[in-house]
Amino acid sequence: MKIVYQNIHLANSHTLAVYEANGGYQAVLKAFELGSDEVIEEVKRSGIRGRGGAGFPAGMKWSFIPKNDPRPKYLTCNADEGEPGTCKDRDIIRYDPHRLIEGMIICGFAVGIQQAYIYIRGEFYRETERLQAAIDEAYAKGYLGDNIFGRKIRFHLAIHRGGGAYVCGEETGLIESLEGKKGQPRLKPPFPANIGLYGCPTVINNVETLASIPSIIERGGAWYGALGVPKSSGTKIFSVSGHVNRPGNYEVELGIPMKTLLEEHAGGVRGGWGNLKGVIPGGSSSPILSAEVCATITMDYDAMAKAGTMLGSGAVIVLDKSVCIVRAVARLSRFYRHESCGQCTPCREGTGWLAQIMTRMEAGHGTLEDIDLLSDICNNISGKTICALGDAAVGPVMGALRAFKEEFIYHVEHGRCMAG
Amino acid sequence: MNERTTLSTGVTPRFSEEKLQEIEKIFQRYPADRRQSAVMPILHLAQREFGGWLSREALDYVAGLINMPPIRVYEVATFYTMYNLQPVGRYHVQACTNISCWLCGSDQVMDALKNKLKIGVGHTSEDKRFTLAEVECLGACVNAPMMQINDDYYENLTTDKVVEIIDRLP
Repeated sequence: MKIVYQNIHLANSHTLAVYEANGGYQAVLKAFELGSDEVIEEVKRSGIRGRGGAGFPAGMKWSFIPKNDPRPKYLTCNADEGEPGTCKDRDIIRYDPHRLIEGMIICGFAVGIQQAYIYIRGEFYRETERLQAAIDEAYAKGYLGDNIFGRKIRFHLAIHRGGGAYVCGEETGLIESLEGKKGQPRLKPPFPANIGLYGCPTVINNVETLASIPSIIERGGAWYGALGVPKSSGTKIFSVSGHVNRPGNYEVELGIPMKTLLEEHAGGVRGGWGNLKGVIPGGSSSPILSAEVCATITMDYDAMAKAGTMLGSGAVIVLDKSVCIVRAVARLSRFYRHESCGQCTPCREGTGWLAQIMTRMEAGHGTLEDIDLLSDICNNISGKTICALGDAAVGPVMGALRAFKEEFIYHVEHGRCMAG
Repeated sequence: MNERTTLSTGVTPRFSEEKLQEIEKIFQRYPADRRQSAVMPILHLAQREFGGWLSREALDYVAGLINMPPIRVYEVATFYTMYNLQPVGRYHVQACTNISCWLCGSDQVMDALKNKLKIGVGHTSEDKRFTLAEVECLGACVNAPMMQINDDYYENLTTDKVVEIIDRLP
């Protein structure tokens, strides 16, 4: 079942002509007929949860925007795709940008927003060109602007390029960045729904979430809600990378067994299922799962939470038995040290210590006390920072210590890796 | 967290008339009283126009255009790693070594780049043609390993392909 990716195989799928020839920009007309309240109800009915990582129900988010508030309201689309392993939004932007634009227009209409931004990661230069061309097409057609679709509805859309900071994927870091500042996240509450961009009510949704909206409106929230499994409705794009025979972005119904995703969609684990060591299931910050757990777990929010990890952004990173877990964690720890914005002491100092200890352990100079020290540092970061980056840094370390502690011990005792 | 600092050249660069008009359009994307929002796009433009990097004088010049305190512009420029605060070569070769790329052989890609370019990570070749950088995830993980050279991504790399790509650069 493909919803977001339904057109990406078509020639010139990025153009307005091809999008419209395949039913594009019909959902927005239906949305106008339904009226704003009913659009929000449909999105609520669909049960769609934020596809960026946090998994918050999108319809709820929209309904939190205060009505009859004199301030302007804003919509910002988070296209800062930066969680290591994640590259699903890039294909939406490259191959079906109008689906995103239509989703944004529908959101703008439902919530009463006249100005929207797409915050795209700065490195996506070619993708930005593609997206800008689509926005230009939509303006030329009167789908964006002061009187969109010939109605008295105003909706403007502009792109804002980031500058290579992972933390700007965090919604309040993104807002700060859009305001022309360092991307240091804000304390919440207040939430962006009340005080967001320029101190005004702001909706922030991920690209994939917004690109799902046209189909939800076209076919109904109930239809979408019946896909997937309870509390994890609809489809999700999984970016499967690492040691599989056919890495790629796969859109499937939520609740699919991980084994089916890897074996049937991604071409199987390199060297066969028996060669699987573990899977990082939802982007680099999600705790790794052992092969044993991977054999039975399903790809949905609840199953992942129950297993002590998360569905996150849907970046499924597959590690076969050749991988040194200590080295993998050390690499991720250095990433989080690099990306910590420096605002909160537990994260700024803690990510530095995690990276140092992991690096010396990788080099064969770790001690058994270091293993306890890692847990201690993690406990001193977790839940003690303004944003989730601190917890994200803790995820890979604690996950690996839980699933592969013996490898850490082996590394300390032998000064090298178990995997050889 | 990065520690980055600005570098002075003693020369103030200027945008052309055409680029100044482009900047007026950038301001229009944001509310009239929110000119500071334009700092990132203007810095991106300045970097393209002023030789691939941003000197202290370039930052001061941008601050003047926006009417922003220079320190606020330095904060932004030093925070975001895409703003180069020292000169880079004509080709900025940035190889990803994060998890998905590493699993798929980014170590070999990096070695091939070092051998081919005869420079280490963080260095610029003597002829100023290449700067080699190690970067964090660039979001092309299902086509790992990958690198970015200036505006373009190069994906599904092998050591042979890396050499071929470098050789084919004009």
